[in-house]
Amino acid sequence: MTERRPFPWHVAVFLAPAVIVYTAVMIVPLFGTLQLSLFRVVEDVQKFVGLDNFRTLFGDPRWSASFWNALGNNFWFFLIHMIVQNPIGILLAALLSAPRLRFAAFYRSAIFVPTVLSFVVVGFVWKLILSPVWGIAPSMLDAVGLKSLFQPWLGKEGTALTTLALISVWQFVGIPMMLIYAALISIPEEVLEAADMDGITGWSQFWKIKLPMILPSIGIISILTFVGNFNAFDLIYVSQGALAGPNFATDILGTFLYRTFFGFQLQLGDPHMGAAIATAMFAIILVGVSAYLFGIQRRLRRYQ
Amino acid sequence: MHIGLKGLLLGTTLLAGSAASAQDVTLTIESWRNDDLAIWQEKIIPAFEASHPGVKVAFAPSAPTEYNAVLNSKLDAGSAGDLITCRPFDASLELFNKGKIADLTSLTAMANFSDVAKAAWSTDDGTKTFCVPMASVIHGFIYNKAAFTEVGVEPPKTEAEFFAVLEKIKENGSYIPMAMGTNDQWEAATMGYQNIGPNYWKGEEGRLALLNGTQKLTDEGWVAPFRELAKWRDYLGDGFEAQTYPDSQNLFTLGRAAIYPAGSWEISPFRTQIADAFEMGAFPPPVPAEGDKCYISDHPDIALGLNAASKNADAAKQFLEWVGTAEFATIYGNALPGFFPLQKETVKIDDPLAQEFLSWRETCASTIRSTYQILSRGTPNLENETWNAAANVIRGTETAEAAAKRLQEGLETWFKPAGQ
Repeated sequence: MTERRPFPWHVAVFLAPAVIVYTAVMIVPLFGTLQLSLFRVVEDVQKFVGLDNFRTLFGDPRWSASFWNALGNNFWFFLIHMIVQNPIGILLAALLSAPRLRFAAFYRSAIFVPTVLSFVVVGFVWKLILSPVWGIAPSMLDAVGLKSLFQPWLGKEGTALTTLALISVWQFVGIPMMLIYAALISIPEEVLEAADMDGITGWSQFWKIKLPMILPSIGIISILTFVGNFNAFDLIYVSQGALAGPNFATDILGTFLYRTFFGFQLQLGDPHMGAAIATAMFAIILVGVSAYLFGIQRRLRRYQ
Repeated sequence: MHIGLKGLLLGTTLLAGSAASAQDVTLTIESWRNDDLAIWQEKIIPAFEASHPGVKVAFAPSAPTEYNAVLNSKLDAGSAGDLITCRPFDASLELFNKGKIADLTSLTAMANFSDVAKAAWSTDDGTKTFCVPMASVIHGFIYNKAAFTEVGVEPPKTEAEFFAVLEKIKENGSYIPMAMGTNDQWEAATMGYQNIGPNYWKGEEGRLALLNGTQKLTDEGWVAPFRELAKWRDYLGDGFEAQTYPDSQNLFTLGRAAIYPAGSWEISPFRTQIADAFEMGAFPPPVPAEGDKCYISDHPDIALGLNAASKNADAAKQFLEWVGTAEFATIYGNALPGFFPLQKETVKIDDPLAQEFLSWRETCASTIRSTYQILSRGTPNLENETWNAAANVIRGTETAEAAAKRLQEGLETWFKPAGQ
């Protein structure tokens, strides 16, 4: 048995294109960012400063106040998605998979359409709808005698972020709906028939049979929502600008990074502090995803 | 034979061509004002070429948002034009410090400009100037004359009269007293704080005192305009918190609002939008009390400099001298009403509204926006912080005193006044 198996060259060859492309467009820039965050320009010369940029980010009262504000807002943004978008997505999927629903295909498409719209379109349309000057929201509320309920939601510190989160939910509710719908219709008929035979029908069938079987999909949706929300930027930038008004109430990590990295108005960009924020975002997402992968996904039971 | 003839023709053409180019110098102007291409080609350049035979001028603008980047790379590569349109303050100062644009202090035309006009393109100590000032924008209030007649009010002169006018328009109920929102934040700072502020901090006097450390943003002169802004809240439209800059412009041009806190750059677009629907008037920022000296924000915006590497520096200097004359100022100021020439000599502007803005220079003292020179070089950036503070004060979520205190604390973290 001295004969060794030849090195599997074909595996390397088949992997090469993906590895090269992924390395060039993802891995290298990622390490470039990490490296950038360890330098600083001192008197026109780029200088290695170790973790000083992070010390500024977390130690300087102004920088850290902005960072924690953005992180807190980001968690709120994520929370709204988790408690509004995903349950509604599951509910819609459950309704759509009901066998007697008419026009199911139409509803499915209609709910999914906003997902393919550009953030710019969504931000602009909702800004117009909610505009206190020309918007249809105030006149619609007026028509049912509830004008007093109208507020300039996007302009108030207490409501702006929640409003934007709900706009984002409106846009993306189609994604959890589609994924759950796919999971629901792949549940084997015989399992459901057996449940029927045992007298488990309707809602109790959903809670006891279907929900456990779609849990892995819900897990995936949660992690996609998490990554998407902590990388979010577009919607806030389009509707509130880079200063994420009012008074930074809608500032999330993405807009904070943008302002710092590229600068804004008379503020010049600072790529090194920007890279430090980007690194912090990467760390947060990495911790979140790892916690999910090792803490939750391994314990999920699969029934198929 | 055939080839011989062709060769002869080619030879004579080349000769003629080189003879012409030995006399003519072509100057190229780098600019971000691509909107002004027609004005340069049809009015400004022909006027110059008529009086300066042998010098040709080409205007070569790029997109406003790309200008700084395009210009920097052209200057580095040595392919930039002879004349460089200068952004105000730090962007041009950096080019000068790097030796990319030339020192123009010795131009005779420089004597035609005041120190305030030159401040935006001079070194911090004011000893060297590197661009010839072209135009500034002036702040004030534009109002709807028909609305004022209907309500029966006159343009106010003092702060008390200003609020009395707003109160009357509000009581009348047919118009929103003032069109401004806080959604975009910069209007609150630029058309609010920087508009009315100079009357309280006494223009240049207060601004320079801030730079040399004898005044602070927490002093009365700098807090008072915030306090006045807080009172605007009651006279803005419903839901002003979510009202954007275009919303405010439209509210005014559609005749739904009576007063618009403005910058003079609005004049041309407003004229096009309003057409004959109603007549516009303008009044300068009201003074705190009857008889007080008035100050206006007369903010330099655009100038022209010389590429230090230009091969046609002599011809380019001729052009720059001409840009400093009243002839250029009259052509430019009338082609772009709302962008005012910075010459000391008074220039007549045909547009009555623009002329109204310009006339304030005679009665009031000019100053520039307080946050633009030197004070916005560090982090936190005073200009950007002022946007936020002014919007907060108008929305009523921060008091005038708290906002001023916050701005001063932020400034102190990096700014060391010249006198200390």
